Amino acid sequence: MLIKKTADIKPSEITPEKVYLDRRSFVGQAAAFGAVATVGAAVPWANRGADGGAQDDLELTSYEHVTSYNNFYEFGTGKGDPKKNAHTLRPRPWKVRVDGEIAKPGDYDLDDLLSGITIEDRIYRMRCVEAWSMVIPWRGFPLSTLINRFEPTSKAKYVEFRTLYDVEQMPGQRRRVLPWPYVEGLRMDEAMHPLAIFATGLYGRDLPNQNGAPFRLVVPWKYGFKGVKSIVSIRFTEAQPRNTWAVMAPREYGFYANVNPDVDHPRWSQKRERRLPGLFKNRKTQLFNGYADEVGHLYAGMDLRRNF
Amino acid sequence: MSLSTWVRRVGKPVVFVACLVPFSLLVTDLFQGQLGANPIEEITHRTGDWILILLFITLGITPLRRLTGWGVLIQFRRMLGLFAFFYAVAHFSTYVVFDHFFDLASIVEDIAVRPYVTVGFTSLVLLIPLAVTSTNGWVRRLGGRRWHRLHQLIYVSAVGGVLHYLWLVKADVRRPIVFGLVLVALLATRLWQPRKRRRPAEATVGDAPAPLAESG
Repeated sequence: MLIKKTADIKPSEITPEKVYLDRRSFVGQAAAFGAVATVGAAVPWANRGADGGAQDDLELTSYEHVTSYNNFYEFGTGKGDPKKNAHTLRPRPWKVRVDGEIAKPGDYDLDDLLSGITIEDRIYRMRCVEAWSMVIPWRGFPLSTLINRFEPTSKAKYVEFRTLYDVEQMPGQRRRVLPWPYVEGLRMDEAMHPLAIFATGLYGRDLPNQNGAPFRLVVPWKYGFKGVKSIVSIRFTEAQPRNTWAVMAPREYGFYANVNPDVDHPRWSQKRERRLPGLFKNRKTQLFNGYADEVGHLYAGMDLRRNF
Repeated sequence: MSLSTWVRRVGKPVVFVACLVPFSLLVTDLFQGQLGANPIEEITHRTGDWILILLFITLGITPLRRLTGWGVLIQFRRMLGLFAFFYAVAHFSTYVVFDHFFDLASIVEDIAVRPYVTVGFTSLVLLIPLAVTSTNGWVRRLGGRRWHRLHQLIYVSAVGGVLHYLWLVKADVRRPIVFGLVLVALLATRLWQPRKRRRPAEATVGDAPAPLAESG
């Protein structure tokens, strides 16, 4: 099988940040010249779920900040550690084990999985449970695209994802700061929601190692820790997965982890957030991170205080 | 140059400037955009570190003096303690201005319901009477014994500071544990060292547990 590798982008093909930031006018020009401008796909999503409030709500966080301030304990617990240490990760070749309640389990090569999949641009708010937020232009595709291929059975109620566990590639795993490997999960209907994506890149480039190369989960209406990185295992289960932070500190982190200004973390308030690199915590946190219109129905009738 | 002249003309100015280095670096880094994506978090962490480091150096003066016999060290203790207080004020001001923007209700709620804030705030408040009574005049007014008893609050404040740090981290407790071990070591020197070396004459003003002020 011939596989088109998305990794093989020549440096000359990478969108410079300047052009990327200015892509609407770029799209306009490209259209004028009759070119096919796939980046235009970002535009409809950019306006989705905006709170109608501040005009700068979706002003992008700089590439520098998105890639130098990361929670990725597999490379160290400091925010700057992942950028410093993630060079040991080898994002290709990359194997993904897919198993559980599906018709087509197996060990897949990531590039095989990605073949025939259209990579889209999605601009999402990213709200960390630590009360800061960013706006990140991801590249990726809906989880549902991949999930449908595996043909889940009726017993598949949840999906569980695991990060690579390899102390050679992820030196932070030598210390048991967390019980490795990192585990996260979603309910099936959450996973099938069109806003839930696997990201393979950001700012029009491949995902930097410190952001979870070669592919990671992005669920914009949930706290950032749900976005499990460098995924090597996708398992479909009947029982709710035991996600790492909920195991670590069950009083502080739950399975759902939906962004919610009314449910405080026991140690700090979630009412407001600091939009990085801003100084003041002056932004009101929005229910479901501003995506309530799209995802609210998934939680109809649920007690969000108990299911935090 | 006599020793006291040296302390006044060289020793103290050098320590003063040294204590301001972390603060100056913070300010220059801030204005040069070198504090990363989350400048306030960086400022909060760095000032927090320096509160504890300076408290520990302050608490280390007495054991170090006993160990080396360098009586002159005591003359630096007040300045070091006051700089710990200076960083504590900077730390708390950052929290009031940038985390809460002077929203008194949310600050009060924070202090009331979140144990790590409660203990951190208490530690700061306990340093206030020590800073106020750090002058020679206050030592005289209170008298050596009462002054010392009051200044033993620094132990409570330091323990509270370490707890504040330990209770706020998410998972990686290595650094707060290291700070805690240093504090335990400093407190332990108080338990056994005096018994070995203390003579009755020493047990009054210039010696003893508590820092912030140098004593006469």
